[in-house]
Amino acid sequence: MTELVGQLINLFAAILLMLSFAMISQRRILSLIHLFTAQGITLVAATVLVGYATHQPHLYVSAGITLALKVILIPLLLYRVINRLDVRWDVETLINIPMTMVIGIALVIFAFNLALPISKLSVSVARGTLGIALACVLLSFMMMITRSKAVPQVIGFLSMENGLFFAATSATYGMPMVVELGIALDVLVGILILGVFMFHIREEFDSLDISHLEKLKED
Amino acid sequence: MVLALTGHRDSAREVNVAFSLGTFVATCVLTVGVISDGPLFAWSREFYIDPLNVFLVTLTAFVGLTTAIFSRPYMRVERDHGKMTPNRMRLYHSMYQLFSFTMLIALTTNNLGILWVAMEAATLTTVLLVSVYRTPASLEAAWKYFILCGVGIAQALFGTVLLYMAAEKVIGLEGGALLWTNLDAVKARLDPTIITLAFAFLFIGYGTKVGLVPMHNWLPDAHAEGPTPVSAVLSGLLLNVAVYALLRCKVLTDGALQSHLAGHLMMAFGLLSVVVAAFFLSRQKDVKRMFAYSSIEHMGLITFAFGMGGPIANYAGLLHMTVHSLIKSGIFFAVGHATQKAGTQNMADIRGLIKVSPTVGWGLMLGSLAILGMPPFGVFASEFLILTTAMREQPWATPFLLLALGVAFASVFSRVQPMVFGDTSVKPLRHPPALVPVFAHLGLGLMLGLYIPPYLDAWYRQAAQMIGG
Repeated sequence: MTELVGQLINLFAAILLMLSFAMISQRRILSLIHLFTAQGITLVAATVLVGYATHQPHLYVSAGITLALKVILIPLLLYRVINRLDVRWDVETLINIPMTMVIGIALVIFAFNLALPISKLSVSVARGTLGIALACVLLSFMMMITRSKAVPQVIGFLSMENGLFFAATSATYGMPMVVELGIALDVLVGILILGVFMFHIREEFDSLDISHLEKLKED
Repeated sequence: MVLALTGHRDSAREVNVAFSLGTFVATCVLTVGVISDGPLFAWSREFYIDPLNVFLVTLTAFVGLTTAIFSRPYMRVERDHGKMTPNRMRLYHSMYQLFSFTMLIALTTNNLGILWVAMEAATLTTVLLVSVYRTPASLEAAWKYFILCGVGIAQALFGTVLLYMAAEKVIGLEGGALLWTNLDAVKARLDPTIITLAFAFLFIGYGTKVGLVPMHNWLPDAHAEGPTPVSAVLSGLLLNVAVYALLRCKVLTDGALQSHLAGHLMMAFGLLSVVVAAFFLSRQKDVKRMFAYSSIEHMGLITFAFGMGGPIANYAGLLHMTVHSLIKSGIFFAVGHATQKAGTQNMADIRGLIKVSPTVGWGLMLGSLAILGMPPFGVFASEFLILTTAMREQPWATPFLLLALGVAFASVFSRVQPMVFGDTSVKPLRHPPALVPVFAHLGLGLMLGLYIPPYLDAWYRQAAQMIGG
């Protein structure tokens, strides 16, 4: 039984990593949001599974929060933003896609090496997945760097948060409840602020291209 | 909450001051209590007050109060210039209180997870404060600030997760494995491999908020484009809180590793920040940007001091934190009045403050001298302590520090001097500036340079010992 659960968790982790790769190679904003939603669903499934396997009821609660926040609320919010701003165009990346993939693979190898000594020490059923969680964080980080538009940057930020959440689940069965609630609140407020910001940036610059935002430089 | 409702009326400014005053009085009571009774727990050990954070709590509340006093006339002028609409006023005042609140939570919490949450919340409120003018430049600064600090602080969360993982093995799932006091008790038994990696992430994360050099880009922009009271609290308080978070993590790491890894990291990045910021200082045109770089320099110095460790360096670091936040926020108050008078932040266009308003001029001049480490101000005392300790323990670093401090002195002084004493034809402002805060801060900075009262001295010693003397 635990064997099966362990395998399933590894499967979900693999899906999560695949989705991260799909995100860095995806150019259309709408598909990015779909991928983000899929990532959220995988995360919820993995969390529920870990909770079931280890009899940690608070993991169900945090899975519920994730479901509400990352699968329903935030994607809806993002849809509304892109509809209102009408920004469904293709996003150009700063580095071309094959190159990004190669860098991504290098990042994954790096993350696995970094996490290897630590995951050996973990007692969790999902210990093998810490490397994957770190890889997801790094991949989203790269996505934020290589995209020049505001919306993909925000999605990168959110998917980084997904990676962190997964890390918390796989390494330690999740953070204490207070902390988890606090983090969820911060993320929600952050997204609301960013959403408002996008409208303001659009108003001031007539575009959501972050490359306009480089007036403040050292001269 | 009240401010969100009344924020657009004239009285909001007074309410803001009143709230800050209330907070300050409350923290004073708390401080006296902690000094006489020792460390204190509250709310089933979720909050914890000890000598280290109680002095920062008081400092935070005090600077929060004076900044609220300062922002009264400042915001009145901004409103007359049409930069602040009633809605923005409301946002400003409610966010200001929320910001103070989150910082106090971050300082007093015993839970490292809550510390992270409060830091993130403080970031969010300041993002709104920075962007309150809604100009393209301030939006850009706020966006950059949000993204950079968001990413940075996400690293800190990963670090916290790893720390929790290490702690859980020792403490167990039930029993608050993220409570700092529990962690401190078992720190020698934490797994060194995990802690090393955890500290690396925590260092990147909170280091971004401290404004250490490779991650410092957000800091000058956020300081320069936000309203001046916000620059004052950012520089004087938020950076301190970030250093405090770093310190808490360092204590645990030192205990777990039995080596100086954390100290070496902090020294290296601190020194790098001091040097790089000093050279950037000489190239600034905008007065608030210049003092923002000066903040990076001082934060580097503080990080360096704590990195060296040892009772004297820790003592100096704590003293430096105090005087820096007092004097730097005092400078920002003076700068705020000066820029409002001149209508620009460009240093080349601000001239002859001594004629327009002697008090603002002298405030700026004395403040700059103080922050540059001239005796008899407090910064001199702490910089002197840091330098002599560095000479004894890390002789290789001393030339860099001296060079950086020299460059900083030359560049800041050569800019401030014409601003204060040059010729001008600007007419005075209608609203009288609130100069009490400026001189109160400078006076306290001066006092700490000449004479540290015995109880304060004992307090610093206790705190320095806590950080692992």
